[in-house]
Amino acid sequence: MAKTKTQSLHKRESDLANSNRQLEILSNGIFGNGELPTFKDKIAETNQFPLIPNKLEILQINLGYMCNQVCEHCHVDAGPDRKEIMTRETMSQCLEVIKKTGAHTLDLTGGAPEMNPEFRWFVEEASKAGIKDFIVRSNLTIIRANKKYYDLPDFFKKHNVHIVSSMPHWTRGKTDKQRGDGVFDKSIKALQELNERGYGMPESDLRLDLVYNPSGAFLPGDQMSMEKDFKKALKEDFDIEFHNLFAITNLPIARFLDYLIASENYEDYMYALVEAFNPAAVKNVMCTNTISISWDGWLYDCDFNQMLDLKVASKVKHISEYNESLLQDRKIIISQHCYGCTAGAGSSCQGVVA
Amino acid sequence: MQKTYYDPADLKKFGKISDWNQELGDKFFEYYGKVFEEGALSAREKSLIALAVSHTEQCPYCIDAYTKDGLQRGITKEEMMEALHVGAAIKSGATLVHGVQMMNKVNKLEM
Repeated sequence: MAKTKTQSLHKRESDLANSNRQLEILSNGIFGNGELPTFKDKIAETNQFPLIPNKLEILQINLGYMCNQVCEHCHVDAGPDRKEIMTRETMSQCLEVIKKTGAHTLDLTGGAPEMNPEFRWFVEEASKAGIKDFIVRSNLTIIRANKKYYDLPDFFKKHNVHIVSSMPHWTRGKTDKQRGDGVFDKSIKALQELNERGYGMPESDLRLDLVYNPSGAFLPGDQMSMEKDFKKALKEDFDIEFHNLFAITNLPIARFLDYLIASENYEDYMYALVEAFNPAAVKNVMCTNTISISWDGWLYDCDFNQMLDLKVASKVKHISEYNESLLQDRKIIISQHCYGCTAGAGSSCQGVVA
Repeated sequence: MQKTYYDPADLKKFGKISDWNQELGDKFFEYYGKVFEEGALSAREKSLIALAVSHTEQCPYCIDAYTKDGLQRGITKEEMMEALHVGAAIKSGATLVHGVQMMNKVNKLEM
């Protein structure tokens, strides 16, 4: 069992901080020797290669890798020691895109996006664009991390932000093991505060959804059953309400890959992903309706490709030269980590896809 | 020569039992799948029963499969261990209740 680390792979100068090293691992071994089919070969079996975009629906903007937590499974390798955050200049370029995009959803993520000093300015400006669904992925504990964040629930409410928050389990033990000591209690307190503002309440328009990531080397169970169990436990134990639960598969990159290798679960996990491959999940996989933008303005097919530094295969590669129609005419870059999004009912930042 | 009777990789080959008798294999897997569907009992409850029985049957494949199944369903280790104790209690109870038979026999045979 790997112990909870308190520093990012980058800070630890781990081999796996290098995205090329991660891609090497994902391409060699059981995939290199033909024991398991590559993702490309697998989707080719059902004539789904090359993977190309459908209609753009979601702009996902990563405001930076800085975070107040160091979760063991984090695919971003985020943490307090990561200093990469989006500048106001890049945010301004994003705002120009947000005003013109055909996407109906804006999804701000991190790290903890709230830690970016320009976060509130950016939310205020972006909310003026009248985008239909404005998501902030909040880790919850940030709301209780420091006095300067205590008013975040009111700020979110003022701008009608849709909150999506991680919660790996309804018990303290499993949550703290994945996300760090004390995370469960702070998350519960933050959820109660959000509920007090009307977030997550039945019939409320203030959307509060939770994200469930398995706390180990196994795949998520059925999303609807998990949602039922989460709702029952959080209501009974803490009188907490929320709207939907998104069950998301951990992808074998960054710290989760490090954990899989250190705990000698890597091969079994990849077998489980390949065995659970669902061709029906491929056509709705999130890279087909999303553009991911990094803190420094580069464009990616998804947040995972961003972390592997696999920039879009397009003439347009940066927010400063954004052109939606040109960008839509591209082939999506894939590797073996993509099996994480096509296992079982599929997985995306919005939960299951099949 | 294989050094152990059990190989974890064999669990992945379970489906191959149909190769030598397709009809019965298919019927078994259809039945098996049906049993674990949501019914009067939830799939979660069935998973815990399966985990307990896996232990009383001492089937390493089943223990492997239903431990993972439980984790995937969000079942906690405390719930898993309690389920095991139910299995263990029945197993030990089943041993000890035969003690009555022993006592009956002793009482009958002894003067």
